[in-house]
Amino acid sequence: MVDLKPGARFTSNACASEVIVVKGTGQADLRCGGVPMSPAGGESVDGELSPDASDGTQMGKRYVDDEDTVEILCTKPGEGSLALGDALLGLKEAKPLPASD
Amino acid sequence: MNLMMLLEMAAGGFGERVAIGPRDGGLTYQRLYDLAGTASRRFRDAGVEHVAMADVSSEALPIALFGAAWADLPFVPLNYRLTDEELAALAGRIAPAITVLDPDAPGRLDGVDGTGPIDRHDLLAVLADGDAMGKAPEPDWDMDGEDAAILLFTSGTTGEPKAAVLRHRHLVSYVLGSVEFMGAGEEEAALVSVPPYHVAGMAAILSNLYAGRRVVQLPTFDAAAWVDMVRCEAVTSAMVVPTMLTRIVEYLDAEGPDGSGLPTLRSLSYGGGKMPRPTIEQALEMLPHTAFVNAYGLTETSSTVALLGPEDHRKALASDDPGVRARLGSAGRPLPTIEVSIRDGDGNEVAVGEPGEVWVRGEQVSGEYRGLAPRLTGDGWFPTHDGGWLDSDGFLHVTGRIDDVIVKGGQNISPSEIEEVLVAREDVADAAAIGLPDRQWGERIVAAVVPAPGAAPTAEDLQDAVRSLLRSNRTPDHVEFVDALPYSDTGKLLRRVLRADLAHLGDGSTT
Repeated sequence: MVDLKPGARFTSNACASEVIVVKGTGQADLRCGGVPMSPAGGESVDGELSPDASDGTQMGKRYVDDEDTVEILCTKPGEGSLALGDALLGLKEAKPLPASD
Repeated sequence: MNLMMLLEMAAGGFGERVAIGPRDGGLTYQRLYDLAGTASRRFRDAGVEHVAMADVSSEALPIALFGAAWADLPFVPLNYRLTDEELAALAGRIAPAITVLDPDAPGRLDGVDGTGPIDRHDLLAVLADGDAMGKAPEPDWDMDGEDAAILLFTSGTTGEPKAAVLRHRHLVSYVLGSVEFMGAGEEEAALVSVPPYHVAGMAAILSNLYAGRRVVQLPTFDAAAWVDMVRCEAVTSAMVVPTMLTRIVEYLDAEGPDGSGLPTLRSLSYGGGKMPRPTIEQALEMLPHTAFVNAYGLTETSSTVALLGPEDHRKALASDDPGVRARLGSAGRPLPTIEVSIRDGDGNEVAVGEPGEVWVRGEQVSGEYRGLAPRLTGDGWFPTHDGGWLDSDGFLHVTGRIDDVIVKGGQNISPSEIEEVLVAREDVADAAAIGLPDRQWGERIVAAVVPAPGAAPTAEDLQDAVRSLLRSNRTPDHVEFVDALPYSDTGKLLRRVLRADLAHLGDGSTT
């Protein structure tokens, strides 16, 4: 279990993924590639990528749970999929907006 | 959350792309990141509380903005067009600070305590030296998101300018919610001609860099220079305020059919004030391959909260339905991350189509000023002080500042409806309607009109025109012909200046 709060960074123990929490608070079982993630700069563990969680993360994409309680931004891509426990997070589809700035 | 997180991602994702400046020799994303790191050390070592800049746009702008974010200090772009005295007063309010100054006027803050003036060239030279000494420092910016990232002084209508506070979480939410990371192709370039002290100037840097779009800066707007830069730098998108578009359209029109047009310009967004309908219609006809976007937003909302997109523009222009055509003058629909509600004077939501005050809510909305109580309601709504209404398809029509509404005989009259009728006429170049004191009616309607070149409309012509299209109480009681209307340098009509100039046309009573 790790402590989620906006701005917190986590790294994958199963692939190269790195993420930042955009939304979410409290304790959560944040995983990548089926393996619990570690706080960035903290101790890493050797994990093995689970085939059930290997769709990969994409740079700059945001991932959310079904209840929309957490939102995780991928800042470095990898082979693992993000999940809370066994429940995979889904890609937050945003309709591209025309450039306004 | 920290603005530096956006630049770190950009440098990590496409560090070799040019972030700022010409395609050959511009600053790459990686180099911008490194220089921001070097700048952050200098800012921290100086023991200041703010990093300010009273200078035109240059590569020093993003370096100082991100350097300040890295150092966890608010960045404060100041209006370099202020008098020395006004500038000193604002700079004094944020002391102790480092203030980057235009090399053309490096002595503007001499003798003003705690403002730490440094000439832009000197700063860039120091950073280049520092950067040459080693690699960028470790990322150690605060990720909490609560710190103020940017302070923007608003030109208050009365009293001292207020400093709007935009926190890291507001601006990061805005960028994440409205811009796709690396959504731009490598060939894309955005031309920024709004000054740094305008919220659109700040948003332009953040949005375009996160999209991976090269930013080209025009320090001082001039239609010829703008058109020239679009052509030379193969600019693909740009943002302008209404007065800029008016001048660009005039310039292109004067070039005539032999002009080379703007073939690279895929997208042109405008905002920051009411766009005259004739200008946008002419621009749409002149630039058939350019996608137009009208962006509505305020300083306190971290820039754009509603958009009228390219499809909406073309559909409105082509439509015979007056309701659909009227959307050309609308702010479009709210961003997916923004809620809009129209409220009456008691804060109750009004029915679709009914006018009221525009309220907005969303994570990018700050509604906060330094040293003042937050303007947000308990449940997060920001009353914008803009009047407006929503049509049946959710298009937001903004009618102007509520304070500018003319109250004649107990009736609220929005100046914009009168102005739209007047500027649509061939013999009118520009027009503004204001209320001036009137003993009998509370306020009388005075229209200040700039005749089109060579035209000589009479007051009766114009009064008849308004009377024939609007309810009779909208007819101007007086038409005053003037050479020009007063605008701010970012294209906002200065109604309080106009009211003062034309005060003699009221009867001296107080309303």
